Amino acid sequence: MVATVSAADMVLDTFPKYLLRNAERFGARPAMRHKDYGIWQSWSWAEQLREIRAFALGLQALGLKHGERIAVIGANRPRLYWTFAAAQSLGAVPVPVYADAVAEEMAYVLDHAGVRFAVVQDQEQVDKIQSFADKIPQLAEIIYDEPRGLRDYSPAGLHAFSTVQEKGEALMKADAGLAGRWEQTIRSASGDDISIMLYTSGTTGRSKGVMIKAINAVNAARDTAEFDRLSERDSVLAYLPLAWVGDHYLNYAQGYTSGFCMCCPESAETVAQDLREIGPTFYFAPPRIFESLLTSVTIRMEDAGWLKRKLFSHYIGVAKKYGEAILENRPVPLSGRASYALGKFFIYGPLRNVLGLSNIRVAYTAGEAIGQDLFSFFRSLGINLKQLYGQTEAFLYVTVQKDGQVRADTVGPAAPNVDLRISDAGEVQFRSPGMFSGYFKQDDTTAETLTEDGYVKTGDAGFFDIDGQLKIIDRAKDVGKLTSGALFAPKYIENTLKFFPNIKEAVAFGHGQDFTAAFLNIDLQAVGNWAERNNIAYASYQELAGHPQVYEIIAKHVDETNLRLSQEPMMAGAQIKRFLVLHKELDADDGELTRTLKVRRAFVSERYAPLIAALYDGSTEKFIETDMTYEDGRKGIVRATVRIMDAKVYPAVQPVREAAE
Amino acid sequence: MNSRAEPLIIVAPDDGIPAGDLLMDVKNVSLSFGGVKAITDISFNVRKGEIRAIIGPNGAGKTSMLNVINGFYTPQKGTIVFRGEERRAMKPHHAVRQGIARTFQNVALFKGMSTLDNIMAGRSVMMKRNLFWQMFWHGPALREEIEHREKVEEIIDFLEIQHIRRTPVGKLPYGLQKRVELGRALAMEPSLLLLDEPMAGMNLEEKEDMSRFIIDVNRQRGTTIALIEHDMGVVMDLSDRVVVLDYGKKIADGTPDAVKSNQNVIDAYLGVAH
Repeated sequence: MVATVSAADMVLDTFPKYLLRNAERFGARPAMRHKDYGIWQSWSWAEQLREIRAFALGLQALGLKHGERIAVIGANRPRLYWTFAAAQSLGAVPVPVYADAVAEEMAYVLDHAGVRFAVVQDQEQVDKIQSFADKIPQLAEIIYDEPRGLRDYSPAGLHAFSTVQEKGEALMKADAGLAGRWEQTIRSASGDDISIMLYTSGTTGRSKGVMIKAINAVNAARDTAEFDRLSERDSVLAYLPLAWVGDHYLNYAQGYTSGFCMCCPESAETVAQDLREIGPTFYFAPPRIFESLLTSVTIRMEDAGWLKRKLFSHYIGVAKKYGEAILENRPVPLSGRASYALGKFFIYGPLRNVLGLSNIRVAYTAGEAIGQDLFSFFRSLGINLKQLYGQTEAFLYVTVQKDGQVRADTVGPAAPNVDLRISDAGEVQFRSPGMFSGYFKQDDTTAETLTEDGYVKTGDAGFFDIDGQLKIIDRAKDVGKLTSGALFAPKYIENTLKFFPNIKEAVAFGHGQDFTAAFLNIDLQAVGNWAERNNIAYASYQELAGHPQVYEIIAKHVDETNLRLSQEPMMAGAQIKRFLVLHKELDADDGELTRTLKVRRAFVSERYAPLIAALYDGSTEKFIETDMTYEDGRKGIVRATVRIMDAKVYPAVQPVREAAE
Repeated sequence: MNSRAEPLIIVAPDDGIPAGDLLMDVKNVSLSFGGVKAITDISFNVRKGEIRAIIGPNGAGKTSMLNVINGFYTPQKGTIVFRGEERRAMKPHHAVRQGIARTFQNVALFKGMSTLDNIMAGRSVMMKRNLFWQMFWHGPALREEIEHREKVEEIIDFLEIQHIRRTPVGKLPYGLQKRVELGRALAMEPSLLLLDEPMAGMNLEEKEDMSRFIIDVNRQRGTTIALIEHDMGVVMDLSDRVVVLDYGKKIADGTPDAVKSNQNVIDAYLGVAH
């Protein structure tokens, strides 16, 4: 460890060290932008350093010490991002917390993390924290960004961000050496200090505090920033939840290591407009955002005049044919390039501009499976959209796709310096530069998560495809086996089915059975549209779902799904032999889906046990009665005779033993 | 080019009246249309810094009362003293100059104009440059516009309507239109804000939002508010004092609790067996 070094040759192993370096090297370049009062306000790296220094010294005066935890709660705002660096500069550990967490969840996290300080956005968060103040007696000081509505609050333990900064400024004026000593603390800090503690979202049980060491965080961020050649000339829009590893990593960590500009939206509702105004070069969004972008484009095109519609459909066709090849520098005939260039002028350019994606150099999506068509649509417009796979425990990146080697159904090979393997049980395991150093106060759980040789168990089942890219199939605990011994990954099958717009929901069965069978829900909007165009009258969802022609359409989709599955050596054994279209939509009000609209598998199989039995006993139809809750809360019973259909199964393509590993 | 440390907050103009003193005194006002007596001999006052509610069953004369205050109707009898000055016959724009702004029961915005332009319109009374300068939109007029725009942006921020800044208000849902209308009234920096059924036709969530804005306007900006509202829960929670009208007559006046237990009020609202 180096005790005293000048800024030029200091070992860059913490983010505050990067802050000093960036202020020196990129002093006048923008570090932060925030739209406020309708205008983009900006701060250069030098100004950002001053803001952070004043706040840090103010925090120090309030008593924040090395090793203490400080909660950060709110939307993406410059001051909250500055809190990260300010806390880290004092050796304190920032703990971002989801701003929309209910009081009880938030109380748990704040208590578990043992925070003594909390920096929050506004009155809403202050109220929430004060509502459970008795549960977190160790919390002493709350600092808020926006003073609105807080005028009449008792000032004990409550400070405005600006007052804390003013206190810092005043101390600096009174003591000329203070700023220098602060910088010295940063220079002599150790990379082994914990840089950040991120609480997992807790879909499976209580949230856990994932601790990341400064040196690991810095190394990981440096690797991926280099991988995508991010530099101080790039910019991002920071709009994802502050407490999510992705936001902290992609915007804060990568921002500090590469010196790019982070832009904070005006409010959560203005993100789309802000994106258009900023035109970032690096962008991340989960698949569902890309999906809603595509939907809005499609709907607006349907309302456009015929000329625009014609142009659009023609050039989208051209893009489909040549767009991805051009993006990947593959050979394309001259005529194709010419039409694509025209299309760029008429359609792709303006469209990308409207979406705020004009300047994108690298875009990522992750979190769930993305449909091939959706993925290709954006890529064919010339947007370099790629996939990655990550975890909080890895400080995000585990795998990442290289430019030009991008596919919709894989998540790419191991990210730089990441060791990746598949255990004998089929679970994905990794060792990475950004790897966590344990769950806070939960050594047992940490030990359970790590293998003996120090790999992290992800809990996801996956395999390497022929070209060495990782394919995630499901949560490891959901993966089962058919009696034939073939692998049965329900989510993988369901996702393949759900990529058809006509299929809204699918539930696959097969663990411990002879073959795979599935329940399907049609998408009322998509199928309803089709029915309207084909003059098919129906009075209810139930009637439409049971319509013979609808069954035909769905059968075609199942057939295609089987064809796709047959091309996957690992999945070919689990093709769908029998299926039915459910007589009612799976609904959260009936407990069939979670509130986040995920299928509650166990509940569904219990509720529809007779239908599952019918799928496996060879009958062609089955009568069933189901209770249901209407939108207005009334209860009712639906009765239906559900038809069961057989599907064709394809022979598996010759399995190729995985090349990678 | 850096952002301000703290938002500037538009406050009600300092008119030298300390909080709690009389801002407006309505004395023995009567208004009739031909033979119809809309308001009969009503007296009440509004103190600076309070939220004053005017309630009553349909046809009680609430909106007529508001129209009298705001200069749209001239009462046949009685006087109104506003900021210590007795008022003579006047037009609504005089009331605006005096510092009275209002919103309407049925939203009255420029439907084809954006949120921003609608609120800017509220500033027009304060623009000093004449049409000539504004047409050239240069020099002093431009500087003036920037100044006003800054105030308007503050209001947009205050009412959390940044996302609809550029949207034509005709396209907005009703609840948001009401908020824009409040914004336009605030843009006049009134010392008395009249709200005519600010929550009419809103769902619970919109009502909660609107209540919060009304309280914030009152507490943070020190704006005195007189409002008409049907939702009793809202009125009782928001207001400092309530005056109750029935058939154009005042039947009660006092704190929400006192009014709630007043027998005349109960009779007026629930009806009496004759």
